[in-house]
Amino acid sequence: MMPTPLHGVSKRIQALRFGLLSPDEIRRMSATKIITADTYDDDGFPIDMGLMDLHMGVIEPGLRCKTCGGRVDDCPGHFGHIDLAMPVIHVGYIKEIKTLLQSTCRACGRLLLSREEKQEYLDEMRKSDALAAGGESPRTMEITKQAARDAMKRQVCPHCKADQMKITLDKPTTFREDGHKLTPKEVRERLERMPDEDLRPLGINPDVARPEWMILTVLSVPPVTVRPSITLESGDRSEDDLTHKLVDVLRINQRLRENRDAGAPQLIVEDLWELLQYHVTTYYDNQTSGIPPARHRSGRPLKTLVQRLKGKEGRFRSNLSGKRVNFSARTVISPDPLISINEVGIPYQAARELTVPVHVQAYNQEIVKEWVIRGPKPTGENGEYIPGVNYIIRPDGRRIRVTDKNAETVADAVELGYVVERQLVDGDIVLFNRQPSLHRMSIMAHQVRVMAGKTFRLNLAVCPPYNADFDGDEMNLHVLQSEEARAEAKILMKVQEHILSPRFGGPVIGAIHDHITGAFLMTYKDARFTRDETSYLLSMVGRAGLPKPDMKADGQSYWSGKLLFSTILPEDLTVTFRASIGSRGDEEDAVVRIEKGKIREGVMDENAIGAFKGKLVDRIARDYGTERARQFIDDATRFAIATIMLRGFTTGIDDEDIPQEAKDEIAEVLERAMEEVAGLVEAYKGGELEQMPGRSLEETLEVEAMKKLGRSRDDAGEIASRHLGVENSAVIMARSGARGSMLNLSQMAGSIGQQAVRGERISRGYWKRTLPHFQPEDLGAEAKGFVRSSYKSGLNPTEYFFHSMGGREGLVDTAVRTSRSGYMQRRLINVLEDLKVMEDRTVRNTAKTIIQFRFGEDGVDPMRSIGGEAVDLDDILTGVLGPEALSGAQGAGHAVAGYGAQEKDMVVELEDDSAALSDDAED
Amino acid sequence: MAFNVMEHDMVPEHHLLSEKEADGVLAELRVGREQLPKIKSGDPAIRFLEEVVGEPIAEGRVIKVVRLSATAGVFVAYRVVVER
Repeated sequence: MMPTPLHGVSKRIQALRFGLLSPDEIRRMSATKIITADTYDDDGFPIDMGLMDLHMGVIEPGLRCKTCGGRVDDCPGHFGHIDLAMPVIHVGYIKEIKTLLQSTCRACGRLLLSREEKQEYLDEMRKSDALAAGGESPRTMEITKQAARDAMKRQVCPHCKADQMKITLDKPTTFREDGHKLTPKEVRERLERMPDEDLRPLGINPDVARPEWMILTVLSVPPVTVRPSITLESGDRSEDDLTHKLVDVLRINQRLRENRDAGAPQLIVEDLWELLQYHVTTYYDNQTSGIPPARHRSGRPLKTLVQRLKGKEGRFRSNLSGKRVNFSARTVISPDPLISINEVGIPYQAARELTVPVHVQAYNQEIVKEWVIRGPKPTGENGEYIPGVNYIIRPDGRRIRVTDKNAETVADAVELGYVVERQLVDGDIVLFNRQPSLHRMSIMAHQVRVMAGKTFRLNLAVCPPYNADFDGDEMNLHVLQSEEARAEAKILMKVQEHILSPRFGGPVIGAIHDHITGAFLMTYKDARFTRDETSYLLSMVGRAGLPKPDMKADGQSYWSGKLLFSTILPEDLTVTFRASIGSRGDEEDAVVRIEKGKIREGVMDENAIGAFKGKLVDRIARDYGTERARQFIDDATRFAIATIMLRGFTTGIDDEDIPQEAKDEIAEVLERAMEEVAGLVEAYKGGELEQMPGRSLEETLEVEAMKKLGRSRDDAGEIASRHLGVENSAVIMARSGARGSMLNLSQMAGSIGQQAVRGERISRGYWKRTLPHFQPEDLGAEAKGFVRSSYKSGLNPTEYFFHSMGGREGLVDTAVRTSRSGYMQRRLINVLEDLKVMEDRTVRNTAKTIIQFRFGEDGVDPMRSIGGEAVDLDDILTGVLGPEALSGAQGAGHAVAGYGAQEKDMVVELEDDSAALSDDAED
Repeated sequence: MAFNVMEHDMVPEHHLLSEKEADGVLAELRVGREQLPKIKSGDPAIRFLEEVVGEPIAEGRVIKVVRLSATAGVFVAYRVVVER
């Protein structure tokens, strides 16, 4: 077979071998034996053969290691050892010890398999290993497990014919043979008797792991560098948890030895032995089930070896898979609608700390020297920010801090080959991130804008991809440190490169909230602006000169909003789509028609410029490039903000005021619905309710009642919204898609409606009733959670209670969903993280093995897809045949119909093909 | 054979490629056999193919799998037979 080419890999790991440390080996690698539980003497000097012995490394500056002679940072630390008075079991190997005991003879120590059986397993293992070129195949593990299972079943030893007894494990570390306790010493003796050749069928290589080494006679003591003590401000020493635990082990070990040597009663020795076992067990794993965790004096459980490695805060996940970094900052975020979506505002204080390394070359030597002379905190004449230099790095790698005092001397020293760490300036590229980083848009590259204040500033249009708001959110910022990184970030990670999302092939960046309201107000119907307003608006997008006014009233010239908005559209843009306000009904401006960059009709709302839905953003990003799309989003949002500020916009609870006759009408509708439900209940109780097919009588009643009450809520909403004018702020927001929905409004003005738990009317609580306010078996509307009040009128106590039940369910659902989907995503990422799409469009892993023969099977980049589809036929047809290809009189509606017929035809063709293929499959 | 899995809707068609065809496919993909996805020789589809061919299918033979795909319509994948 062809060996895989190594791309810049100098060595490849072929196999890993795991073994056990023998007592001998532990002693050999030990720098010192430890006999006393004391750590420091009265002078604060480490005691010889104590837990802080200088042979095990140094943690205090000034001292030298007695083993290697190194100082604090040179000495890597050395292991020591404790000789245990009596052997104890290593909890980490408890499972292995159990299988070994159960599958060996209690008399002769041989594996409970006949010579032939053993050979059979060995042959099978050799065969499966040969298949997995060099190394063990996963199948081998299966075979060893099967061998152990077979041996455990034996009642009589096939070698010495001894009867076997039942061995059980009393969690966590006590073995029993037919109820009699086996001491670790006895266990060790048994394991010692196992011959080497009997180990291989169990998957143990006797050259590196003898089973008796799983029972400890010597405890290896980690170097002091692993468990450094810290000196508190008060001068007191505080020891590491591991040291505490080792002190316990040493103390008990000492007592056990003394008692045993003095010939103390068996009972006392056994008690101490068990205590030693407890301490050694918790030294390894302080969360062993079945024993209480060892605690600190304060009651905090100790963090021992396993706890250091395991879980989210363990060594693997928090120090090896992820690390803390330099050149980063974190602070609260706040909005700035006037900076570009590509930019991020950075407070002076942060900009002074964050630096970019600049390599001194012939071409920049002079200017770099200038920077250094300025020192670390230069300001302009009016106190404005000028970037300074914090450190310079000499070619030998030494860092020199630049201060106001030494700035000039340091600057003189700067030569070719030096690196100067310059503070941030406008235009630097940085990465900006908000947790949780769920998709690639959670980390994007921004251009720096250094500004006053103490928060990071970002454009509101980038809130959706980060899922950010300003209720106290904090974000992280990272300064790139190499040219390669900056180039990559600029090309791949800039915000504008992420306007289109690979998630659904549409824009994730776009206008939100007030932007949409503003654009709506600017372009709805005959919105017009005076000369002053027009020049103000145009100045916001940096356009000079006024276009020709297109409206006249009372002898005054006006500019229409549509005309002004058209100035930021590409000149040759032609599209037709349905506005958000036109989702139902065909009123004025519900269909947007743009011809050659001019808005002919239609209003700019969520469907035009909104994040996720904005057709214009989508279209411009696709056809005119990301830079043009960035420009459009920046301009459109500035227009919107300017308009909303010119006009003024507010909403309050009086937006949901409706006249008395509307209230009466709603009350009547609700009253009728509730009576109808009462009628249904009566029919049900009288046995006259007609059962629905496939449903029980109870279910039929529930379904009917839900339907009735649901409709009455809608009717109430309908009545309410009839009385809320189009000029109403809340209605404008709901219809333009800025915030809220008509349902929200009707719940405020009309009726809140049925509350549900688990998708059903509320039925839990007391015996046969929901609350003591109702009669048992009351199945009427009020008794089962129908809220007829509106948010505005307020809820009565029982309604309030039911509403809380429904609300609580929603909260619980979200809490459960986030944690569950978070774990699901973690598992998916662990599987997929190192797959990549190769140049030939295959998806491969790091071994270059093919995972998928073509990316996504169709090879389509989802970011460049149109809503997930490879091509937009609609668009192509219009492009080739002109707008008439799709539109009759009414545009959109017709277009879909015409296109639909064609799509259907094509689907039939395709299906014919595939049908033929699947016929083949059946042959 | 108690049940012919190939009759099931969700089982894609499997074709046994000749050595020559297999080499052609590998050359086109520029990969070695060990870089292809695997299929165990005990897989019901392989056992079915063995019945069709009338002889055991050796390890290292390449199987062409043609299936319907939600994104691409029809999609072709290859698998190399490995011992179970």
